[in-house]
Amino acid sequence: MTKSNFTRRGVLKTGAVAGAGLATPTIFTSRVWADGHSGFTNAPTGDTVTLGFNVPQSGPYADEGADELRAFELAVEHLNGEGDGGMLSTFSSKALEGTGILGKKVQFVTGDTQTKSDAARASARSMIEKDGAVMVSGGSSSGVAVAVQALCQEAGIIFMAGLTHSNDTTGKDRKANGFRHFFNSYMSGAALAPILAAQYGNDRKAYHLTADYNWGYTTEEAVRSSTEAMGWTTVNSVKTPLTQTDFSSYIAPVLQSEADVLVLNHYGGNMVNSLTNAVQFGLRAREVAGKQFEIVVPLYSELMARGAGENIAGILGSQNWDWKLENQLGARYSGTNAFVQSFGTKYGFPPSQAAHTCYVQTLLYADAVTRAGSFNPCAVDEALADFEFDGLGNGPTLYRAADHQCFKDVVVVRGKENPENEFDLVEIVEVTPADQVTYAPDHPQFAGGSLGECNPGA
Amino acid sequence: MDAIILQILNGLDKGSAYALIALGLTLIFGTLGVVNFAHGALFMLGAFCAVTFSRLLQLSHTVIDETQKDFLGNPLKVDVPYIYEILGESAGAAVIDWAVPLSLLMAIPVMIAIGVIMERGLIKHFYKRPHADQILVTFGLAIVLQEIIKYFYGANPIPTPAPDAFIGSFDFGAMIGFDAGSIVYPYWRLVYFFFAAVIIAAVFAFLQFTTFGMVVRAGMADRETVTLLGIDIDKRFTMMFGIAAAVAGLAGVMYTPINSPNYHMGMDFLVLSFVVVVVGGMGSLPGAVLAGFLLGIVEAFASMTQVLEILPGINQIVIYLVAIVVLLTRPRGLMGRKGVMED
Repeated sequence: MTKSNFTRRGVLKTGAVAGAGLATPTIFTSRVWADGHSGFTNAPTGDTVTLGFNVPQSGPYADEGADELRAFELAVEHLNGEGDGGMLSTFSSKALEGTGILGKKVQFVTGDTQTKSDAARASARSMIEKDGAVMVSGGSSSGVAVAVQALCQEAGIIFMAGLTHSNDTTGKDRKANGFRHFFNSYMSGAALAPILAAQYGNDRKAYHLTADYNWGYTTEEAVRSSTEAMGWTTVNSVKTPLTQTDFSSYIAPVLQSEADVLVLNHYGGNMVNSLTNAVQFGLRAREVAGKQFEIVVPLYSELMARGAGENIAGILGSQNWDWKLENQLGARYSGTNAFVQSFGTKYGFPPSQAAHTCYVQTLLYADAVTRAGSFNPCAVDEALADFEFDGLGNGPTLYRAADHQCFKDVVVVRGKENPENEFDLVEIVEVTPADQVTYAPDHPQFAGGSLGECNPGA
Repeated sequence: MDAIILQILNGLDKGSAYALIALGLTLIFGTLGVVNFAHGALFMLGAFCAVTFSRLLQLSHTVIDETQKDFLGNPLKVDVPYIYEILGESAGAAVIDWAVPLSLLMAIPVMIAIGVIMERGLIKHFYKRPHADQILVTFGLAIVLQEIIKYFYGANPIPTPAPDAFIGSFDFGAMIGFDAGSIVYPYWRLVYFFFAAVIIAAVFAFLQFTTFGMVVRAGMADRETVTLLGIDIDKRFTMMFGIAAAVAGLAGVMYTPINSPNYHMGMDFLVLSFVVVVVGGMGSLPGAVLAGFLLGIVEAFASMTQVLEILPGINQIVIYLVAIVVLLTRPRGLMGRKGVMED
């Protein structure tokens, strides 16, 4: 004789649970649920999601880091539906509604990179391991960006690079989990070359002073190849120590050479000092074989141009973005004014290009997660791959899948002769269209790298 | 030949800064026996005296200019310096233009006060401690000082130009018969060189021809005997610390138009200045000056294109190579005295 364990009450309970399960909307049982909460590093589980902003808060780039943090804070406000929404209203993708990311309120933690690779990796690791950051962004140095990008790849975290200009970030050191909105050395060279030819002619002799580190090398290589392709010759190229403060002994040989253009492949304090010294030695007033001597600074930084004061007058360079773009060049650069309005109202001055790229990267990440329906890095990777967007201040932009580099117009600027205030130091000379600065993913200046596979981590 | 002359000129102005900082450094070492790693910070504080004085002169009130718009489209706020209203616009603008030289007046008492406070408040407690302790505490102090400056002034360099009359350069080559434009030299660097020469001469004259200086020199030679004679040598040495701080500070003030000051500039000079002191001879004032100019010129020559083609990278190590050679051949430095730091 067998005895059944079924009871009337038991069958009813089981039936009720099974029925409720079958009746549940599929959204809670689909891939969205599974991917949104498990299977990758720092999968958000509560009603908040944490982003990690890793910027230089001490050291020589601290002011640029502070501007990046302002932009991140503003982006988080806008994502959470606070403030005026900034570029959310102009962004071509309408996935973001100011309700956080996938309904989770965005919160953030910050780290101090000190503009040192080891310190930056330590602070990024802390944000990932202790604070549970699901994405890391920021930077003001290519060395730091490359180091943190590699860490994020290992950890299974998305890295949305801030200001990093070296070719290597999306070249030989590119990673599947890393994405760069900012332009690069190649683009600076390609954007500047036609403008330099138009302004100064095709028969010029250039002398390069190059900061003795990775970014300096890639920038010199890019500018040299672009300018030599249009007929310029390079008479000399000298590497200068990163710690150099007085460049007079490097400027003096320029006077002795036959050069009629000085290219300063310097950034930050190096740029301020070398440019100041070059102007002090009368290079701007000099004539060589009947040609006016010119100085070129491939990568401009508004924040650092302030340090050079009046010395930037007339100096050509390139930028990723400028806060005057939409006012001067029209609706193609929509989003610029919305961002300047938000940032200016909150902080009292216009944003730098470093602030802009950080703000945009945060929005792009949030948008990718929303479109993918998941925080999973591999889902974000797919959503950003070959993503075309507009309305974020740079005009139509492509996030190329092959190297995770954004392709967009590049702004060529010149130091103003009579700036009206400390925030209006440069004037826009021209914008070089994106197709003129686009290159093949296997271009020699970017060779030797591979994205590899996206890593979701845990 | 013109390249050589130009690099000598470059070396002289660079050497001027090294010599002024090293002079104060070796003065402190010679009197108090303290290895002061905060001396570079004093140079930086001097530079920020110029920045502060310049900002004080430009203290302004805001006027709304309805005819102009700011970047947000609001009526433009225009800053009008108070000094324009006190002295008139042209006189006020002239005073602001001369802010850097005028700030010497503020820097002298401020830097002496900072030096005295530093010595009485902190460093005197470390006289009998090992040199390693002195280095640690003064290095820590230097970091604290630069972080304070960064907190108030930010990390970016702050442009502090020379008076308009000294902006630009002159054609030294044409003056001495070379091709026009072959030797161009900025006016302010020449001013800096002469300024350094005057300060160095003044310090030597002060030590050589005043009673105070004579007592200090006697104290440097034999502190115990001078104390037994009833002279409060500590008080005089404290004053010398103040004077050394002022020398570093004045060097910083006048350096601001050459390179925009930032909070880190002291550290940039500190290591080189120590090399200068060691090469010149610990505690030797003429040695510090001689080594300062010598290393400035050597460094300038090492950056010449012709030299770099033969010895790539020599510009980054040449000063240390010279230091090694000097210390191997003259272990006490060029003009070092027997017994200093040899106990």
